Amino acid sequence: MSRALLALIARDLALATRVGGSGALSLVFFLMIVALVPFALGPDLNLLSRIGPAILWLAAVLATLIGLDRLFQADDEDGSLDLMSAAPVPLELVVLAKVVAHWLTTGLPLALASPLFGLLVALDGTGMGATALTLLAGTPALTFIGAVGAALTASIRRGGLILAVLVLPLMVPTLIFGVSAAESASGGTVPFTTPLAILAGLSLIAAVVGTLAAAAALRWSE
Amino acid sequence: MSGAPPATKPVMSSSPSLWTRLSNPSHFMRWSGTLVPWLTLLSALLLAVGLYLAWFVAPPDYQQGETVRIMFIHVPAAWLGVFFYGAMSLSAIGTLVWRHPLADVAQRAAAPIGAAFTLVCLVTGSLWGKPMWGTYWVWDARLTSMLLLFLIYCGLIALWRTIEDPNRAARAVAILTLVGAVNLPIIKFSVNWWSTLHQPASILRMGGPTIDPSMLYPLLVMIAAATLGGSTLHLYAMRTEVMRRRVRTLTIREAERLDAGRPRVAPAASLPLGQPL
Repeated sequence: MSRALLALIARDLALATRVGGSGALSLVFFLMIVALVPFALGPDLNLLSRIGPAILWLAAVLATLIGLDRLFQADDEDGSLDLMSAAPVPLELVVLAKVVAHWLTTGLPLALASPLFGLLVALDGTGMGATALTLLAGTPALTFIGAVGAALTASIRRGGLILAVLVLPLMVPTLIFGVSAAESASGGTVPFTTPLAILAGLSLIAAVVGTLAAAAALRWSE
Repeated sequence: MSGAPPATKPVMSSSPSLWTRLSNPSHFMRWSGTLVPWLTLLSALLLAVGLYLAWFVAPPDYQQGETVRIMFIHVPAAWLGVFFYGAMSLSAIGTLVWRHPLADVAQRAAAPIGAAFTLVCLVTGSLWGKPMWGTYWVWDARLTSMLLLFLIYCGLIALWRTIEDPNRAARAVAILTLVGAVNLPIIKFSVNWWSTLHQPASILRMGGPTIDPSMLYPLLVMIAAATLGGSTLHLYAMRTEVMRRRVRTLTIREAERLDAGRPRVAPAASLPLGQPL
């Protein structure tokens, strides 16, 4: 069973890094949003460093949505999703593998690249590290919540817009604790670990609920 | 999935339970048809009593004056916004566990009503906020939670409208409703956390349950009237939805009949089968 999991993850990783994959694209999109904010707000570094974690988190939420609509749709179109659901492994495992692979190609690069992008919004060292850590803990929640929307809209043409409408309200708790953890690292009344622990908890809850719900959505949409 | 569910439910078995009989769609149409006029009358009466109490009997607040009367619309609307989400979650369980067509119908009919009451709650709250807080909108925890609830309602309605096949739409919406139901307490908790971080207590707020009996009783009557009225609307909307599905099925059958009468040129292009119910 773990061999099937690893094989599916390897397959999706290979697909994401080759032609037509959206792995690098969401990173470029992330950079794009971070770069757009100073144009809207003005080049005031004090202001930017104060709202830096918020900018990075907002960019991460939006970048997670990129490519999410293709998470199950591509496999639904070419029939490989039917093969996977007919396979002797549970559909939940397939969903888990696909979501983990998606996180490895979007969420993880975003978290790793965030210190670099933190430079653009004048974050200090602590702020950069804290933001990267919160993104590492929080982006799995975003991906798993998004996977539910992706599964629900797998067979809908132009499902991208409705996907965003469905999942964005559910991402609010992750955003709240992500930003408040990142901000509490650079001075605040709340200790850094409290929101970070809640953030990790949200990711774990999302991993369970998201996997089950996405598998149910795929199974019942037949 | 092991053990495929039976294709049709034996609804009229030898001794069906009361619940089975009541939830059979044609039985439902019969009993709800007789019930709706009475419920309408009763909720209209209750609403009239409630409005009378709210307008003429309840005293103006010593601080807020006459604007406190907005509360008699605002609080029932907030309650119903949450109430209908609960009704949708129960129906969602009915859809997913028993695959009951009436549960689909109940869920579909509840979403716009719940969204409308949530919107009424937001609008009246905003109108109340202007004279009291000096602004139409503050990012207060309760306001924000209701706004997110409204957005979730919008997403659910959008999903209903996007998926054409009513049975598939019902299952998709049911899953999303339950995911939302798991999330709503988390959203509520996190928004509370967030608002205490960002918003130190700077706004005038009603003191929760410490409300004078002279205002409490009219409020309770209004809540009862709104619940009854909302449930009547829901029943009415369910009847409409059942009829809409019947029309849909009849249309498809008619198209099939006409198609069958014609010389068969391209049988592969015939219409899909009609949906049950």
